[in-house]
Amino acid sequence: MPKFEFERGKMVPVPSHSIVPERDVDSAPVLEALHLGIDFGGLKAVEDFNLTIGKTEIAGLIGPNGAGKTTVFNLLTKVYAPTRGTILLNGNDTSGKSVYQVNRMGIARTFQNIRLFNTMTVEENVKVGLHNTKAYSTLSGILRTPAYWRREAEAHERALELLSIFDMQDLANHQAGSLPYGAQRRLEIVRALATNPSLLLLDEPAAGMNPSETAELMENIVKIRDTFNIAIMLIEHDMSLVMNICEGICVLNFGKVIAKGTPEEIQSNEAVIEAYLGKQKEA
Amino acid sequence: MTVFLQYLVNGLSMGSVYAIIALGYTMVYGIAKMLNFAHGDVIMIGAYISFVVTSYMGLPAIVSVIAAVAVCTALGILIEGLAYKPLRQAGPLAVLITAIGVSYFLQNAAQLIWGATPKNFTSIVSFPVPAFLKAYNVSAVSLVTVIACLLIMAGLMWFTGKTKMGKAMRAVSEDKAAAQLMGINVNRTISMTFAIGSALAAIAGVLLCSYSPVLQPTTGSMPGIKAFTAAVFGGIGSIPGAFVGGILLGIIEAMAQAYISTSLANSIVFGVLIVVLLVKPAGLFGKYVPEKV
Amino acid sequence: MFKFLQNKKTRSDFLTYALVILAFIVVSFLKDAGMIPRMIAGQLVPICAYIVMAISLNLVVGVAGDLSLGHAGFMSVGAYSGIVAAMSLSEAIPNDTVRLVIALIVGAACAALAGFLIGIPVLRLSGDYLAIVTLAFGEIIKEVVTCLIVGVDERGLHVLFNLTGKLTVDNLGLSETGVAIIKGAQGASGTDMISTLFAGFVLVMVALVIVLNLVRSRTGRAILAVRDNRIAAESVGISTTKYRMIAFVVSAALAGAAGALFGNSFSQLSATKFDFNMSILILVFVVLGGLGNMRGSIIAATILTILPEALRQFSDYRMLVYAIVLILVMIGTNNDSLKNLVARVIPKRKTSEEEVSADA
Repeated sequence: MPKFEFERGKMVPVPSHSIVPERDVDSAPVLEALHLGIDFGGLKAVEDFNLTIGKTEIAGLIGPNGAGKTTVFNLLTKVYAPTRGTILLNGNDTSGKSVYQVNRMGIARTFQNIRLFNTMTVEENVKVGLHNTKAYSTLSGILRTPAYWRREAEAHERALELLSIFDMQDLANHQAGSLPYGAQRRLEIVRALATNPSLLLLDEPAAGMNPSETAELMENIVKIRDTFNIAIMLIEHDMSLVMNICEGICVLNFGKVIAKGTPEEIQSNEAVIEAYLGKQKEA
Repeated sequence: MTVFLQYLVNGLSMGSVYAIIALGYTMVYGIAKMLNFAHGDVIMIGAYISFVVTSYMGLPAIVSVIAAVAVCTALGILIEGLAYKPLRQAGPLAVLITAIGVSYFLQNAAQLIWGATPKNFTSIVSFPVPAFLKAYNVSAVSLVTVIACLLIMAGLMWFTGKTKMGKAMRAVSEDKAAAQLMGINVNRTISMTFAIGSALAAIAGVLLCSYSPVLQPTTGSMPGIKAFTAAVFGGIGSIPGAFVGGILLGIIEAMAQAYISTSLANSIVFGVLIVVLLVKPAGLFGKYVPEKV
Repeated sequence: MFKFLQNKKTRSDFLTYALVILAFIVVSFLKDAGMIPRMIAGQLVPICAYIVMAISLNLVVGVAGDLSLGHAGFMSVGAYSGIVAAMSLSEAIPNDTVRLVIALIVGAACAALAGFLIGIPVLRLSGDYLAIVTLAFGEIIKEVVTCLIVGVDERGLHVLFNLTGKLTVDNLGLSETGVAIIKGAQGASGTDMISTLFAGFVLVMVALVIVLNLVRSRTGRAILAVRDNRIAAESVGISTTKYRMIAFVVSAALAGAAGALFGNSFSQLSATKFDFNMSILILVFVVLGGLGNMRGSIIAATILTILPEALRQFSDYRMLVYAIVLILVMIGTNNDSLKNLVARVIPKRKTSEEEVSADA
């Protein structure tokens, strides 16, 4: 069994503070999920999910197909309303909040099946992400008041700045739907970052990427954490990526957490090996 | 009480007509996923054919019904093949506008052939109704309509549940690509659905005009829209839903006309639809399928 | 000096403005020279109203992606509130232009309110369900307006709601100097025809500026984002209900103003004018002009209003031809194999499907 510590009545994964002391989950957790669960009909898709993520932690959420990983993301972002449990974001309860409200509270995400605004340009996609940070009223938009020109100029500049993370500023005027797959995934990350989150959820960011793209993505995820000082949680099947950059890992199987710990601990965990069977050896 | 029952009978009979139209509508929508605004005009064509056969040719009523069904079935297949089939891959709006084009076409063609002045449609069924029933406004037409409606619904349930073609229809309505991979001839199945829907429209047209004998090129529009409302009401794509929706719509309409206001009867019907959709977004018998994230 | 025109979208917008201004100048000139056939001259103000209707519906259908089949309802609200405003102020404000401006504003405000109230239930739905509910609301508005009896005298406005169908203008109890404005099923009659072509032109320009600036702003991006991918839009902090509502209400307000212009250009107008067929007519302008393409809407509304007038000599066949053309155009622009054929013959030709991204 993995090691757990029981503090303040919450289950806290050990690795976060043992590995990166400055990213202490106790003094500054960005996310606390407590006894989170959801039922679909009679099926308990996710049950008693507990997780704490530190302010600048990179956490991994792994598990076999159908384990409920994306469902956890959907619960955290309120795409699904949890049947049970509490989610605290920077200490604030998110119950009763909808998807767009929890985004404003600090969660941004990407999607497993890419969801870009396909008819809009790359820059416009990022500007949609900047919706709440570069705000002006509808009326100033129609009347084109000075606030409109100022904010639009700021948004333009900020969008290009954000795109430069992935060296995509040259693609600014391309249509998002016509980008190659890898670039679409990267654009989704940029769009999520534009909302100024404190926690970024990445749903299979490396899916469909080749090894060199994945290696680059890995560097970029760490770079994003270091520049924006935010926490990142990712779902990923590429074990080399997860084991290399995640500081804490949570393993899900049949909707239940079967292990939490550092990459080393997870790699030698029997329950995890059993859940994955041969899969673990590939990694 | 007698008066109330009379209104109920009126509602039930008119509701059965709506139900027959709605059954056709729901079959077509289930499979083609399109708002087929031309459906109401197929009803009108069916009524005209029946009118021509009885009044101009002087043939018996049953022949006129068969002729109407035959013509409308052919018309349904023709419309689908010429206008909708080329748009299988197109967006829903293109299909909608095309359906409206077909609707305009049928109305104007009917006007050119039969003129704009309303025809006086004589009821196709008349047999003596027992006196105790007659006291409640039960007429020969209403008896025939209700029975026809029940038979049609039972027939459709059997057809979609038990026959090979019916099962193919359900498969196509659920997933066209998968059905094709399973060896189902999708085009033929869709064509067949339009044939059935149009045949039902023909029957509905004859019965509709047996009630309200005014027949003109726009006769089918409003009943078509209302029957579609009935189908949505019951949960579009669902056969029992279309039946219940049609009957309920007829009763609500009759009661609204009798007790609230004749001029606002349609508004009340539509108002009830809106309320139902807000409470049950997929209608009474429909399944709500949330988008997968 | 024209540096701002380097942006492709800005250039496209200014081309649209220029086109409308040019068309107005040419038409005014021809009209003064008496070179416009009487049949079409009478249609000039209604054409402006149809153009505004098409622009406003395009905001909902093309930009926000919500299929509304009841847009004539908002036009109706605007028309009758605009007529009532104009007629009841005829004593107080003798200047026609001022009265028309007030009528347009009243029409827009009433329709915006109706749009907001109807939007609350309607925008909880989407797709075909939304379409059928907007259709239902359009019919409801038509029937409710048919029940209205409105008159004015020195004591103020008198309004009756004719639920039973038995009331008439006499029940209003107007004084001798009073005027009946709306007479139930008969509709409005005796309306002063204060709408002018110039007013129509100004309204088209105002509607264009509002819609194009809206689409190019933060709000417009949010509306487009909601259309493209509702869940993704929510995930970046955009309230989908709020932005669909903004599109719906702005659209209703413009439709109301168009209705007021339209209503004040006829001496007689019955509520059944604003039926399902009117909603469809406007939708056809929008679809044929290209979803999200405002310039296309303007051109489609103009041509499709003039064409049936011009085809009057074919009287009986004209609507049949219209129907066939409609079907053929839809198949021609949306059938893949036909589209490929066209693309091979005429390279780089834009089809309506590609203009979905609101680039005009």
